[in-house]
Amino acid sequence: MEKKREMFAGENGLQGDPRLKAISEAIRVVPHFPKQGIMFQDITTLLLDHKAFKDTVDIFVDRYRDMGISVVAGVEARGFMFGPSIALAIGAKFVPLRKPKKLPGEVISEAYVLEYGTDRLEMHVGAVQPGERALVIDDLIATGGTLCAAIKLLERVGAEVVECACVIGLPEAKGQCRLNGKPLYILVEPRK
Amino acid sequence: MYVYKCISIYSPPSPSLSSLSDHHNRRLPCVPLSESNPVVHLRQTRKRRGSFVVSLSATMSACKDQDPRIHGIKTKIRVVPNFPKPVFVFCACLLMVGMAGIMFQDITTLLLDPKAFKDTIDLFVERYKGKNISVVAGIEARGFIFGPPIALAIGAKFVPLRKPRKLPGEVISEEYILEYGRDCLEMHVGAVEPGDRALVVDDLIATGGTLCAAMNLLERVGAEVVECACVIELPDLKGRDRLNGKPLYILVEYH
Repeated sequence: MEKKREMFAGENGLQGDPRLKAISEAIRVVPHFPKQGIMFQDITTLLLDHKAFKDTVDIFVDRYRDMGISVVAGVEARGFMFGPSIALAIGAKFVPLRKPKKLPGEVISEAYVLEYGTDRLEMHVGAVQPGERALVIDDLIATGGTLCAAIKLLERVGAEVVECACVIGLPEAKGQCRLNGKPLYILVEPRK
Repeated sequence: MYVYKCISIYSPPSPSLSSLSDHHNRRLPCVPLSESNPVVHLRQTRKRRGSFVVSLSATMSACKDQDPRIHGIKTKIRVVPNFPKPVFVFCACLLMVGMAGIMFQDITTLLLDPKAFKDTIDLFVERYKGKNISVVAGIEARGFIFGPPIALAIGAKFVPLRKPRKLPGEVISEEYILEYGRDCLEMHVGAVEPGDRALVVDDLIATGGTLCAAMNLLERVGAEVVECACVIELPDLKGRDRLNGKPLYILVEYH
């Protein structure tokens, strides 16, 4: 169980880092969105706090800048808010992973399971080359279904997924089993 | 009498990402504003509360300034014909039915080039740093790719403007007209405050409908829209005219 806790930044090199507390407090909880019973973790308030937003990006950049990562893949749409800044800072390209029919031209597509039904994630053919080292980024991980689809897209074109990074990790993420053993790095736990 | 002008009766295949450089060798060079449109869009110089003068240049396009980084940016943007869908047009005069392509300007290939992507952001940051901009509003979803890096670099907050029902909590909503039908843009209540100086960012301006809705949202909460910034403008669609006189800054044009 100790190994699973290491995915949180606070137990993984950033013990006692005051930036993590400020990041957590900048996140707003919106009850019963999108439906009753869900306590939605809203990162838009983090984006309004320049210092906390910058710290979020800096923590990821510090972790990944020396890992030889050539691709940052961001999951639509909130992954787009964090991924490009990280990519720019570490000299990697940014690849958007999108809902169906958003990307023009040739795409590959991966289905994933929702609570009710399925959805698909798409990536451009040719955006990622075999052998590239990739980081997947999203704002939050819950069941891991979306991130799992993202990993599969990248692996299907021969890339190596080095890690999945999220700002927030819900308790279900601790299982990790749906990420096919890929390491997961999370900054904060959800707020109550 | 033509109903529509027949543009092409052949749709070329979408350029693959690997053939990008060939495709762009066939592109027209960027036409400076002064050659394509003799009307120069002037903007008043304003004094803000005695602290400094906001004086943005009368030429709204970095293209005209021929910054050496612009060429690299323009060549990285991929044009994908017939996306999202081909348009069938009918020429009454020639009694022909043909397919006109919607030529989609794809910025994802720009994002694959770290230098060109960085140059894009740097051009915007150089323009807006030190202009006391407190909020960068990005339009879903491609505005989310360019807006946050600009916001972080200039010390502003980032506010996402989203399609309906994506933002949790209380929102205000602005409807706008599409070619067929309507759409809606939303912003969180409380994200932007009266007196905030705002920059609106999107990847591209076409008819200007979305940018206009974005500006309205910001002005409704008492912010001042300083400028709209896009990577690409399609000047033939005259979106610039829908911005209620607000200045527009763009990096590249496609005719």
